Amino acid sequence: MFRLDGKVALVTGASGGIGREIARALHAQGAVVVLSGTRQAVLEDVAAAIGAEGGAERLHVCPADLSDAAAADALVASAEDKAGAPLAILVNNAGLTRDTLAIRMKDDDWNRVLDVDLAAPFRLCRAALKGMLRRRAGRIVNIASVVGVTGNAGQANYAAAKAGMIGMGKSLAQEAGARGVTVNTVAPGFVQTAMTDVLPDAQKEKLVGSIPLGRMGQPDDIAPAVVYLASDEAGWITGATIHVNGGMAMV
Amino acid sequence: MSEIADKVKKIVVEHLGVDESKVTPDASFIDDLGADSLDTVELVMAFEEAFSVEIPEDAAEKITTVKDAIDYIEKQKAA
Repeated sequence: MFRLDGKVALVTGASGGIGREIARALHAQGAVVVLSGTRQAVLEDVAAAIGAEGGAERLHVCPADLSDAAAADALVASAEDKAGAPLAILVNNAGLTRDTLAIRMKDDDWNRVLDVDLAAPFRLCRAALKGMLRRRAGRIVNIASVVGVTGNAGQANYAAAKAGMIGMGKSLAQEAGARGVTVNTVAPGFVQTAMTDVLPDAQKEKLVGSIPLGRMGQPDDIAPAVVYLASDEAGWITGATIHVNGGMAMV
Repeated sequence: MSEIADKVKKIVVEHLGVDESKVTPDASFIDDLGADSLDTVELVMAFEEAFSVEIPEDAAEKITTVKDAIDYIEKQKAA
């Protein structure tokens, strides 16, 4: 079950904690994986690490700065070029945070997060959908966040972008459904990555205390949900949000 | 029939998978040729690509029949 043999998958933010685990998991299911991110050298390291266990020829690296609209527009085409086949799976995982209380939040903090975390995924979805609709097949998985549903103090920008992503996904799911293309969202909770490492220990402890399963998530808690949504077996699920958060928010 | 008309017809046949005989000038994409709204958007995109023209949203909305498409593209090409 859940095999993805020969399917081309593009994963953005593949150098990050969750992104590299998603890339690894898709690759392990047989997919041809194109890793994107801003830092070419890091992406190559990630590809080498994943490929060390075999299947290195099914890994490609395609750097792009998603804060640049033209780069985001062009990424799907260049990924298909690298992989030599049309895109079957798009995983919008790239994201960044600029946390601060709203009254201290600069326009630039707001705009940058909305650009990279919401506008860029839209651009990638738009580019991917053109081909997927024509081919009558495709899987889009957007990585949102629990805070897109619950909100979070200090993250008005990030929460807005992630809530926007969920609404966008539901709309695209309705547009693309008649063509057999599914669009779903995975909303991770509190996962141990570079993004959450910066939080103060006291806050982390408090957060873990609010998780019924009693621990922070790991990237490999998230990746299997993406594999499932990318698979043929998930052909009757679209517009859904799978919450993977240890029970922190049961929505 | 003009070259443009021929090409438009071919694109419609290809995209909607309908019989060529049904693609008459007055045929409506949605009412006669079984297209849905997404098909019409895809058709317009196919026309844009095939004829290297840009069809803005408000013009695209008015292209509902085979003849509408041919007329619009011929006008753009003549300009």
